[in-house]
Amino acid sequence: MKLKLKIWRQKNSTSKGSIVNYNVDNISPDMSFLEMLDVLNSTLIKNDESPVSFDHDCREGICGSCSLYINGQAHGPDRAITTCQLHMRKFKDGDTIYIEPFRATSFPVIKDLVVDRSAFDRIQHAGGYISVNTSGNTQDANSIPINKTDADSAFDAATCIGCGACVATCKNSSAMLFVGAKVSQYALLPQGKVEAADRVVKMIDQMDLEGFGNCSNTGACEVECPKGISLDNIARMNRELMKSKVL
Amino acid sequence: MSLFFDSSIARKVSMALSAIFLMVFLLQHFAINLTSVFSAEIFNQISHFMGTNPLVQFVLQPILIFGVIFHFVMGFILEFRNNRSSKVKYAYNNGGANSSWMSRNMIWSGLAILSFMVLHFIDFWFPEINTKFILNDWSGLHNGEFRYFTELQHKFSYGPRVIFYCIAFCFLSLHLLHGFTSAFQSMGSTVGRKKLLQNLSYLYSICIPLGFVFIALFHFFNH
Ligand code: HEM
Ligand code: SF4
Ligand code: FES
Repeated sequence: MKLKLKIWRQKNSTSKGSIVNYNVDNISPDMSFLEMLDVLNSTLIKNDESPVSFDHDCREGICGSCSLYINGQAHGPDRAITTCQLHMRKFKDGDTIYIEPFRATSFPVIKDLVVDRSAFDRIQHAGGYISVNTSGNTQDANSIPINKTDADSAFDAATCIGCGACVATCKNSSAMLFVGAKVSQYALLPQGKVEAADRVVKMIDQMDLEGFGNCSNTGACEVECPKGISLDNIARMNRELMKSKVL
Repeated sequence: MSLFFDSSIARKVSMALSAIFLMVFLLQHFAINLTSVFSAEIFNQISHFMGTNPLVQFVLQPILIFGVIFHFVMGFILEFRNNRSSKVKYAYNNGGANSSWMSRNMIWSGLAILSFMVLHFIDFWFPEINTKFILNDWSGLHNGEFRYFTELQHKFSYGPRVIFYCIAFCFLSLHLLHGFTSAFQSMGSTVGRKKLLQNLSYLYSICIPLGFVFIALFHFFNH
């Protein structure tokens, strides 16, 4: 396949970036999207030009580091996948493809397509954990019965890989799907319930502090989330916060 | 509690509460207007009751005014904050791929409703306040007859006004097509995503604005 790429290039976090046009040839439909960029980069390196920077690690949809906004959609046109799981067969010969970094005021661009998502880490640090004060008499987790629906919902929420597609796709750059998933994952389990009230307040505080927007319930995040995290998690987070304030 | 009103969730919840209040009010308003189609007399009597009852005038009306102002001011605040959170725009964004036009344009449908409300206030509410509170005339009479129905007919005899009303109600419908279920979601409930409530949302968001349009057109063609 022959493709025309329109890629966001930006030298560093302070410089002004712009869209730059590239042409690539000999792209196999079986390549992954990142492999297509590898092909482009090897040509750029050969020509003594600086390669396009983009985040990636596992390349199998589990680490959440790949983060491209492709043709106006987070992780590209396919559903329930990360950018590294997107294949070139989703495109046609001669297509023009826009490739931009995930955009949000709280996700500043570091270089080209790489953005700083450490705001997510700070939200996690604020409360996305369970303090286990075992002092030598740890209880076997399996000895605490948990009903199946709660266990399933908690597990579903826990599949969030923190990629940030929800923020990138939201017109308000809201992080509520991510935070909703992290809050839910613990709030549903007895081990997490102990600190639930405290956790939801701290995580939302940090989320607001980082400058993420409000949720308008457009539902775009849920559609673009590679892990299918449900909007129900945002509703649960809202309930958890109201509970923590009223009770 | 102070922190509660300061958080993004609190802003959303209060937005939803004011919106639900407005939807209940609108239903009541619609029911009363609808009587004007069947009987001038019933419409006059209800209008007079609503216009002179102290509970309505001095308790419910101030709450309503607060609710309306709260709703659109909070709408502006949310819009402003959300724009600040997403300053850099995409060169190419395909919003329609994952969300409805209505959900992405609440501020524009809201502004259309607000401009309608300005006209509506000039048309009906300011004259009412003037008659009752400035001229101190609480009789509801004009030339010995109840004035409400004739005033209504008079307003809706002017074509451009009727057209403007109809357009505004289209925007109200768009606003509610997203807002109705969204309000439940904001309140932490997931019932808004169930079929029953979605159907109820269609029923309310389409039938109520359409009903108002019908009433306006009815009086335009029957005066
Ligand atoms: C006066 C002019 C109005 C303006 C400027 C306005 C503005 C807005 C905005 C910007 C939102 C979205 C907030 C967000 O992003 O979450 C919204 C939500 C909403 N509005 Fe309005 N609005 C107006 C009037 C009305 C009226 C008259 C009604 C109903 C009768 C209404 C019902 C709703 C509902 C149900 C929601 C959804 C609340 C939620 O998502 O929690 N609005 N409005
Ligand atoms: S909720 Fe989904 S889109 Fe958002 S960070 Fe987690 S996996 Fe990514
Ligand atoms: S590179 Fe790890 S999820 Fe894409």
